[in-house]
Amino acid sequence: MMLAQDAAANLSSGWFLEHAWLIAVVPGIGFFLILAVGKRIKDIKVASLTIPGGGSLFGVASMATSLVLAAGTAYQWIQRVDSAGRTNGALGSFGSSITGMLRAEGEGNYITPVVKSYTWWRQGGATFTIGSHIDGLSMIILLLVAFISTLVQIYSLEYLRGDRRYTHFFAALTLFAGGMLTMVLADNMVQIILGWEIMGLCSFMLIGHWWEDAANSRAALKAFFTVRVGDVGLLVGVSIIFFSANSFATRNGFGSGFDLQGINAWAQSGTASHTAILWGAVALFIACIGKSGQFPLHTWLPDAMAGPTPVSSLLHSSTMVVAGVYLVARIYPVFHTGLSINVAGSHFNLIAIIGGITIIIAAALAFVQTDIKKVLAYSTVSQLGYMMMGLGVGAWTPAVFHIFTHAFFKCCLFLCAGSVSHSGSHHSFEMKKDMGGLRKKMPITFACWMVSTAALCGVPFFSGFFSKDEIIDNAHHAGYDVFWIIGLAGAFMTTAYMTRATYLTFFGKPRGAAAVEHDDAHGDAHDPHDLDVDDAHAVQPHVAGGDHGSTTDDHAHQPVMAMARTVGDVADIHGDVDADDAKEAVHADDAHHAAKHDVHHGPHESPALITVPLIILATLALFSGYLNAAAFSIHKFTDWVSPIGGQFFPKIGEASGELPEAAFKWVNALPSILLVIAGFAVSAAVCISIYGDNASPLKGITKRIVPLRWGYKFLFNKYYLDVLYEKIIVHGVAYPVSAAAYWFNQNVLDGIVNGAGKWARKSGLWIYKNVDQRVVDGTVNGSGAAARGLGSALRPVQSGKVNQYGALLFSAAAVAALVLILVNT
Amino acid sequence: MLISEFLLLGAVLFCIGVYGVIVRKNAVLVLMSIELILNSVNINLLAFSLKYNDISGQTFALYIIAVAAAEVGVGLALVLLIYRNKRNISLDELSEMKG
Amino acid sequence: MIAVENINVGQQVGFGIIALMMIVGAIRVVTNKNVVHAALWLVVVLAGAAAQYLLLAAEFVAVTQVLVYIGAVMVLFLFGTMLTRSKVGNDENLDNRNGAFIGIPVALLLLGTLTYGLLKTYKAERLPLKNTPFNIQQLSDSIFSQYLLPFWALSFVLLAAVIGAIVLARRD
Repeated sequence: MMLAQDAAANLSSGWFLEHAWLIAVVPGIGFFLILAVGKRIKDIKVASLTIPGGGSLFGVASMATSLVLAAGTAYQWIQRVDSAGRTNGALGSFGSSITGMLRAEGEGNYITPVVKSYTWWRQGGATFTIGSHIDGLSMIILLLVAFISTLVQIYSLEYLRGDRRYTHFFAALTLFAGGMLTMVLADNMVQIILGWEIMGLCSFMLIGHWWEDAANSRAALKAFFTVRVGDVGLLVGVSIIFFSANSFATRNGFGSGFDLQGINAWAQSGTASHTAILWGAVALFIACIGKSGQFPLHTWLPDAMAGPTPVSSLLHSSTMVVAGVYLVARIYPVFHTGLSINVAGSHFNLIAIIGGITIIIAAALAFVQTDIKKVLAYSTVSQLGYMMMGLGVGAWTPAVFHIFTHAFFKCCLFLCAGSVSHSGSHHSFEMKKDMGGLRKKMPITFACWMVSTAALCGVPFFSGFFSKDEIIDNAHHAGYDVFWIIGLAGAFMTTAYMTRATYLTFFGKPRGAAAVEHDDAHGDAHDPHDLDVDDAHAVQPHVAGGDHGSTTDDHAHQPVMAMARTVGDVADIHGDVDADDAKEAVHADDAHHAAKHDVHHGPHESPALITVPLIILATLALFSGYLNAAAFSIHKFTDWVSPIGGQFFPKIGEASGELPEAAFKWVNALPSILLVIAGFAVSAAVCISIYGDNASPLKGITKRIVPLRWGYKFLFNKYYLDVLYEKIIVHGVAYPVSAAAYWFNQNVLDGIVNGAGKWARKSGLWIYKNVDQRVVDGTVNGSGAAARGLGSALRPVQSGKVNQYGALLFSAAAVAALVLILVNT
Repeated sequence: MLISEFLLLGAVLFCIGVYGVIVRKNAVLVLMSIELILNSVNINLLAFSLKYNDISGQTFALYIIAVAAAEVGVGLALVLLIYRNKRNISLDELSEMKG
Repeated sequence: MIAVENINVGQQVGFGIIALMMIVGAIRVVTNKNVVHAALWLVVVLAGAAAQYLLLAAEFVAVTQVLVYIGAVMVLFLFGTMLTRSKVGNDENLDNRNGAFIGIPVALLLLGTLTYGLLKTYKAERLPLKNTPFNIQQLSDSIFSQYLLPFWALSFVLLAAVIGAIVLARRD
């Protein structure tokens, strides 16, 4: 800070930059407003337009306010950058000599972040602050989060209409965005933890939104616990960093070892103990593995699809999973120094390895999914792998740029999937059963999907190309050849599985729910007079469609809810909210209803509240890449966002090396373009022959050829990671503990009560039972007995008697104290 | 005065309290035993406060008194609720948590 | 204050008498067959504790002990006893059957461990003689500056306890 002040004197600031904390506060206020008064607000009807009630508009309004504030912040940040006259981006193909000189000077060109810091509390000599830290990275992510959240909330107005927990959904969604914004704004690690945990809580609430279904609440718990495993790493990492960086940070005027600038300066200073920084980086990275769904903790992400689609979309594009990548990017010097990234002769580091593994395994899993949202989920995992790998090979700017572009097209893809299920396949997400041939019925959704898919695959001139290719190119440039090949392979696989998903959803013949009422346009099964009897009749086809052999873990098999929503839909057409009124309306105008209701027969395009966000996102998926199109020597994004030349802080002592940046050449991009084309061609050919009508030798190939069947099974069971976690690790730990408790209960407690006489006999029995029967036989019988013993073993110790628990507690404490005393003497 | 006199008094009270928690069946009496335990802790805190001439011990003794009051309030409310539902406050009949 | 004077026999005797009274009272609390009597014995223990606090030069804590424990908590206990209509007079059904067989060994084990540890560590260390007792101003400074955060947490706990007690105990 002291050193930076000279440079800061010439930089422009502004109201938005100084008051950036409002961006995170507004959603917080929105959250409380929704909770406090949301339920009392009813829908308002204005002519044929329904203004949704339930407090949802508070959510939309607060997110829109945040968006405006974030846009103002972004604008003023760009002004600030311009006022410094910095153009480091031109180091592409037109690297001019002037820029080269400016870069060489380094410090003069460093744009100081706008930091506002307030003391939160003091405890034990440490000062905890809360505040805002605006630099290029936080500016762009703030804008992204606020933008995507606003669109997702607008989309949810329609998607969640009539849901029983409509108000709570919006409250959680708003707080979720608020948590992410808090974390992005943070100027210290404590605030990052705060936002991080708020997101963890909200993701739990949102994934388990339809908790009546056991599968959903299970998925929510799984997400929560898996991320929690990683969160331990966050706490440990922050503590390690705090205790090692505190004295440095205090000495140099950064407040404390929690301060982000202090940490970055410490990591770059070269005075940091390598052991501390290494283990701090590893611990923090474990947290990022959990949050960002990296291998091996990625298993929660696909299960998180159990939440409503807007949640998946928000979770997977701009919040939650991005948090982990953001944390790495935020305190990149720690990882850069700690994990020896870009050090000559090191071809591997933890981040790149984890990222690389994630790219490949997640992409492979995407091939065997039948649920469209799960394909997208694994695709997200794989793309997050790209971001991590990018950070791991020193490609900081491309990785952050990939966060930026990925958010748009992935959000768009999820919302397209939601649109398909909302209007095309009766709330089913099963591609093989309920979709197919939807491209003509849902032209807007289809167009948006295609644009986003092209962006995701990295087709040239779409946004994904400019970010993903930069990562791959930089991996090669920085000498990480293994990861270059992995990146190329990932690009191939991405194209192939997205082609498969696109084919199954939009091409071929309509199947299942997508085929309902499809060809015989005007439902002969729907005699309007049936509607008189009960509204349930009117919604019968919907329910049937939703239930149609569906095994998804989404809400398709919640007939009550599907019905409620469909009744709402029917009612809505008539400009009515009340389902009873709808019945009368049907009475009043049978013909009108019959005509209108045909709209709901079979797949159709979604209403404007859904398609407008789609179109906006698809447009951005197409054009957002041009902010940093290296191919055309556009480096706006680099100018605005990236710390100069990989230098995160004005030099204090010895600075670490600058990040290498690859210059774009079409020759370098050629392999990935070719692979994208190859991926498309191979996958399209295979898809048509497998899923098409014609008889083909490829049909059922996984059933006929044994190695392929094994491979399929292996993938289908997600590498058996879930089995490993739940069956082996959890049970492996729980069983010995419970067995020990059981032994203690049976032999010690009962033994004392029953007296010494029985004790002798019991111990004899125990030796027989435990040593002879258990140990000897047990070893022979192996794991079968272990699993069986688990349940019965834990039971007796859980007697439910408070006194017994007390006795256990105190005697354990006494024994532990005794052991401590004896050990210490 | 020796510090160990006070500490031993605290230890004796603590153990009597532990005995009460284990042996008593009546919920109100269990709560009383817990009060014994809390008071023994207070004696220790004040003894150390005097020994090391540090006011912190007294501060936390006060905090413990406040927490104990809250604990008794909630505990007795629970006992009352249990009594209303079961017409009995014997802890051994409350074994719904049995595994 | 007693603690301020030189170490003397009177102080030791005072401590011994109060300590003995407390131990007897505590044992009666956990063995008495009459709930009301147990509560009254608890008063003896708590009052003894207040006296010991005075010996430890902590007047304010002693006063608080009398006000909060003997004044409020004991009344709560008696209310609790009345409201749950415990048997007046002796009740044989207050203890767990065979509870003593677990309770006595555990308590003795704890006591042995604690005694051993304490005597080993503080064998003959003396408490200092304080000529200037802690005053309440120091105490409030400590609470409201150094330990402000625990104080807040405590306030929150009390609030939660009040609300919780109301929610639990009201009839609806």
